[in-house]
Amino acid sequence: MRSLIDILDLSTEEIDSLIHTAIDIINYPEKYSNMCRGKKLATLFFEPSTRTRLSFEAAMYELGGNVIGFSEANSSSSAKGESVADTAKTVSCYADIIAMRHPKEGAPLVASKNATIPVINAGDGGHNHPTQTLADLLTVYREKGGFGGFTVGFCGDLKFGRTVHSLINALSRYKDINVVLISPEELMLPGYVKTDVLLKNGIPFEETTDLEAAMPKLDILYMTRVQRERFFNEEDYLRLKDSYILTPDKLKDAKDDLCIMHPLPRVNEISVAIDSDPRACYFKQVLNGKYMRMALILMLLKEAGK
Amino acid sequence: MNIDSITNGVVIDHITAGRGMKLYELLKLDGLDCCVAIIKNVQSKKMGKKDIIKIDALIPISFDVVGYVDPGATVNIIKNGVLADKKTIEMPLTLTNVIKCKNPRCITSVEQELDHVFKLSNGENNVYRCIYCESEAN
Repeated sequence: MRSLIDILDLSTEEIDSLIHTAIDIINYPEKYSNMCRGKKLATLFFEPSTRTRLSFEAAMYELGGNVIGFSEANSSSSAKGESVADTAKTVSCYADIIAMRHPKEGAPLVASKNATIPVINAGDGGHNHPTQTLADLLTVYREKGGFGGFTVGFCGDLKFGRTVHSLINALSRYKDINVVLISPEELMLPGYVKTDVLLKNGIPFEETTDLEAAMPKLDILYMTRVQRERFFNEEDYLRLKDSYILTPDKLKDAKDDLCIMHPLPRVNEISVAIDSDPRACYFKQVLNGKYMRMALILMLLKEAGK
Repeated sequence: MNIDSITNGVVIDHITAGRGMKLYELLKLDGLDCCVAIIKNVQSKKMGKKDIIKIDALIPISFDVVGYVDPGATVNIIKNGVLADKKTIEMPLTLTNVIKCKNPRCITSVEQELDHVFKLSNGENNVYRCIYCESEAN
């Protein structure tokens, strides 16, 4: 059974196909409004989420399908000690496809090995978040016209930021991309992502702690939040949480067609004054996420029906 | 120092010096009733120094474990006092329940019945990663 656990589970051809489906959905929504009639999406969210869960639910409703599920672990049998494997087997009896978020890394993979229906990883701890990456990729595609010929800066928590790791993985398969890694020393991109992804794929990259110095060369700026929930030590979080705050004055040397992205939610790392700047693309990302999830649900259900 | 030769058993030879004890532990040789010798820092023309493990019984040896600890080691099967078989070892592509994932954020840290599975992600650097969380084995 085909599932989506890691963005690399999708070939670049499949990502292209999903993007084209998403754009077709944007242009002709009525064509898709009944495609999932009679189908059920189970949203199994063991960890709080606003955007991802509602995006999946909106996606399924707009395809004409229905949604069942829970939005916190306490309202599921996991609170009684049920394993992820048993939950996946059980839900397979009720639904046609699963979207799972779990605080433990690898939980959706365990679910996919035990479910008889497709499982979509909707975020597993600090590990993977492939559908956010799909939203990011559609945003890049729509804003830049394709993948290549640009410099992308990743800023903030590059150590625990799962969206950063996934997007770097996805972009590393394309040509003519430069990467600038902007973070405090303590939150630098893990060494294995640099060696196994960037170096292995010959992607030129540089590391810096200085956002303003890097700004003029960027075509895309991907901001991230320093996530409280990823720290075991509150003191470390408090010390690092305000490392980078994007304000209008920091954009004075930025390109006119810079694309400012953020996986959201933001705390204070992007000033609300930026929201009205035409270069701000983070709410476009939210919308693009819904379209890509619609395209993904269609693709996985189609393959499951074969 | 003399260790008696064995008549029927297994000799794991050409172990990189210092890895013998780790191999002993991961092969769970401490649970055997038979005579087991770990010889450390043996002079070797080819390796300078090496470790050797001799097991005085014909027991099945996990080549995956040997390949993970030291792919340069050889496993010699001794029958009736002569070398009956000599296995050269390769790094296994997958390790199941040989080592445990130590990442407290990994699903294996809370679900005790899950197999601990690692995959070879980088053969050049002997790097194995947990299939669930991608943490490096250490």
